Amino acid sequence: MWTSWGKIQHIDLPKVPFSPSVLNSSGDHLAIGNLRSYGDSCLINPGTAISMLNYDFFLEWNSQSGRLRVCGGVLLADILQRCVPDGWFLPVVPGTKFVTVGGAIANDIHGKNQHKVGNFGHFVLELELLRSDGEAIKCSPNQNASLFYATIGGLGLTGIILNACVQMIPIRSSMIDTEIVRFNGLHEFFELSANSLNDDYSVAWIDCVTQSHGRAQARGHYIRGRHAQSGTLVSHSIGHRRNVPFEFPGFMLNRATIGFFNTVYYHRQFFKKRSLTQHYDPFFYPLDSVLNWNRIYGKRGLYQYQCVIPLGGRKALQEILDCISVSGQASFLSVLKTFGTIPSLGMLSFPTEGITLCLDFANRGQSTLALFDRLDDILRQVGGRLYPAKDSRMSSLDFKTGYPQWQSFLQYKDPSITSCFWKRVMGYTPPKMKPGPDAFPNRSGHL
Amino acid sequence: MIKTVVVMGATSAIATAILRQLVGADAYRVVLLGRRPEPLQLLKQDLLIRGAKIAEMIVSDMGDSRGAGLIVQEVLSHVTTIDILLISYGELGHIDARTNARETDRLLQVNFTSTAALLSGFLPLFENQRHGHIVVISSVAGDRGRQSNYIYGAAKGGLSVFLEGLRHHCFRFGVHVLTVKPGFISTPMTAHLPKGVLWSTPEAIAPLIINAIFSNQSEIYVPGFWRWIMGGVRLLPEWLFHRSRL
Ligand SMILES: Cc1cc2nc3c(=O)[nH]c(=O)nc-3n(C[C@H](O)[C@H](O)[C@H](O)COP(=O)(O)OP(=O)(O)OC[C@H]3O[C@@H](n4cnc5c(N)ncnc54)[C@H](O)[C@@H]3O)c2cc1C
Ligand SMILES: NC(=O)c1ccc[n+]([C@@H]2O[C@H](COP(=O)([O-])OP(=O)(O)OC[C@H]3O[C@@H](n4cnc5c(N)ncnc54)[C@H](OP(=O)(O)O)[C@@H]3O)[C@@H](O)[C@H]2O)c1
Repeated sequence: MWTSWGKIQHIDLPKVPFSPSVLNSSGDHLAIGNLRSYGDSCLINPGTAISMLNYDFFLEWNSQSGRLRVCGGVLLADILQRCVPDGWFLPVVPGTKFVTVGGAIANDIHGKNQHKVGNFGHFVLELELLRSDGEAIKCSPNQNASLFYATIGGLGLTGIILNACVQMIPIRSSMIDTEIVRFNGLHEFFELSANSLNDDYSVAWIDCVTQSHGRAQARGHYIRGRHAQSGTLVSHSIGHRRNVPFEFPGFMLNRATIGFFNTVYYHRQFFKKRSLTQHYDPFFYPLDSVLNWNRIYGKRGLYQYQCVIPLGGRKALQEILDCISVSGQASFLSVLKTFGTIPSLGMLSFPTEGITLCLDFANRGQSTLALFDRLDDILRQVGGRLYPAKDSRMSSLDFKTGYPQWQSFLQYKDPSITSCFWKRVMGYTPPKMKPGPDAFPNRSGHL
Repeated sequence: MIKTVVVMGATSAIATAILRQLVGADAYRVVLLGRRPEPLQLLKQDLLIRGAKIAEMIVSDMGDSRGAGLIVQEVLSHVTTIDILLISYGELGHIDARTNARETDRLLQVNFTSTAALLSGFLPLFENQRHGHIVVISSVAGDRGRQSNYIYGAAKGGLSVFLEGLRHHCFRFGVHVLTVKPGFISTPMTAHLPKGVLWSTPEAIAPLIINAIFSNQSEIYVPGFWRWIMGGVRLLPEWLFHRSRL
């Protein structure tokens, strides 16, 4: 039995290690990486889940130009291990280094530097795609360009990403000059965002529990950083597990404990502003030091809700925060980040100019899903959308409205590849389920 | 000083993890043996990027014991000393082999006879050079014959006894022989099996094996708790053991 990071849905079929002939078998297939997606975009049932983790070879590394070619199953952690000592860093990193290059491309992942450089896909110079007809196709912005743009953010549906050539970025030090600023209220967040456009990296941690005058107080820490200009080049240590700076309540995640945690965390920093120079590992991946932290959410697992609210939707953002704080369901690890003006390359890429909000919710069944439905209502009005990598319940209609290019995408999809996510958002109804009254009966009903 | 490591079954997930950690930490020349040229070529290039000073590959079928002499010759035409000889190929086989004479014979060949033949072929080199580590991946399956996979288990058990004797012999030559007994490790060999809490990964056990190599240990269970599990399995009285489906 295996599952994705959110542990909501479990699969009882064995995973098959990648081999070049793996797509020849009958039935549906899906390449999967390190299963760090939260929802069902990396799940398939029925069908063959092809684990890419054993296809993890470095193919070319040029420490002069920073061009790296690796197989789809290579972990970002291994790339940093190899390239940081040579003075090169990954152009885009998510909040964990334990994702594969194939997964990074398939979700066109974004990092704390999205506002400045765009997504992972902007740094993919070329990739090789294995299709179920047996062909291995090279794609890049200059060659098979449409297939390339379908594959960036293509949720693994256009074929197996065998390997990719990535442009790394030069660094002089493995340290990050960091500044942490406390803010109170969204207006302060927006002010800080506007003033931080020149920082390489920026992100905010926000308290979605505490209220004042019946509204979400929206206080938090704004964290910005840039690569230090001098220092040593040392990659992260393997196997060494640091302590998290705060203790998670391992039992009972409830409003009181989480509220307490958020308050303590907020006041952890006494001064309005604090500067420090820290290694890239704790700066980018504070959670990686705790193996399997998703287990603290217990057997029922967790949902992550990540949306992007287009520019001009500030009111909607406040409304969403209010809604969450009133529900009392939010947990720690709520994140706000400004997405910049660089257009995403992929037909189904998530980032678009605006603000992205991302929070974890313990799975409390119907009440959690009902909250998401209310958030969706607000989001819909401002034309926002949800991130497939984090999703296990968005409606087919919301997907199709949020990702209007889905129809042009269909022609590039490989006929023998699909995922639980894809069947769901395409409006496929599992045979035994009774169709609901509306046209898209899957809405949260598949659970 | 560049050290030489020769690996039989280099494409095995466990061997690959060991090799990557070795070349990342020190200067090595790696000589890789395997059956299939494409994955061997990928691994060779990968190890060069990860820090190997020199990498060579030899395509050969080690599982056939009749070829052992030739394989040893071929390796010795590449290298004159071996600092680490790692033997990691093996095949779990299918339970149906129980009633299949040819398949039983073949599994014993792949997992025992061929390895023993190779080790005998390399022994003169080690006796002459008077140093080096011989590291062979056996298995916890060799600790007690169990209905679920006793052919593989018998081969690994025979291999462990062979290594015990070889270690005894090699002691006076200053040559170190390490028997590695992995428990359940998630690798392509075991991809079809349902996983549980006892399972570990090649990346997790590789440092344990490397540590055992350089501290000249005789036998290592990886992860370590398998020593206690197998101790328990060995101690089970027959009347109880026979009622189990182990
Ligand atoms: C703690 C944490 C923090 C995170 N932070 C961020 C963040 O800041 N920004 C962000 O964008 N995401 C973030 N994520 C999400 C994560 O980056 C993505 O879900 C990523 O795609 C996971 O990669 P993976 O290797 O685990 O792939 P999986 O989750 O296993 O698969 C993801 C998708 O990739 C496809 N795929 C995988 N390999 C291949 C291949 N070789 N060929 C074709 N398709 C393939 C799968 O089919 C699936 O659709 C975070 C996740 C966690 C757990
Ligand atoms: N995984 C476990 O749980 C476990 C437990 C105990 C012991 N072991 C032992 O660990 C060793 C390494 O296995 P692994 O887990 O790393 O599995 P693996 O990744 O599947 O590797 C198996 C290796 O053996 C080779 N091989 C298989 N059959 C062969 C044959 N008939 N002739 C020659 N070579 C053959 C394979 O070569 P190709 O690449 O050409 O197929 C591959 O290199 C084996 O000796 C195994 O018995 C494994």
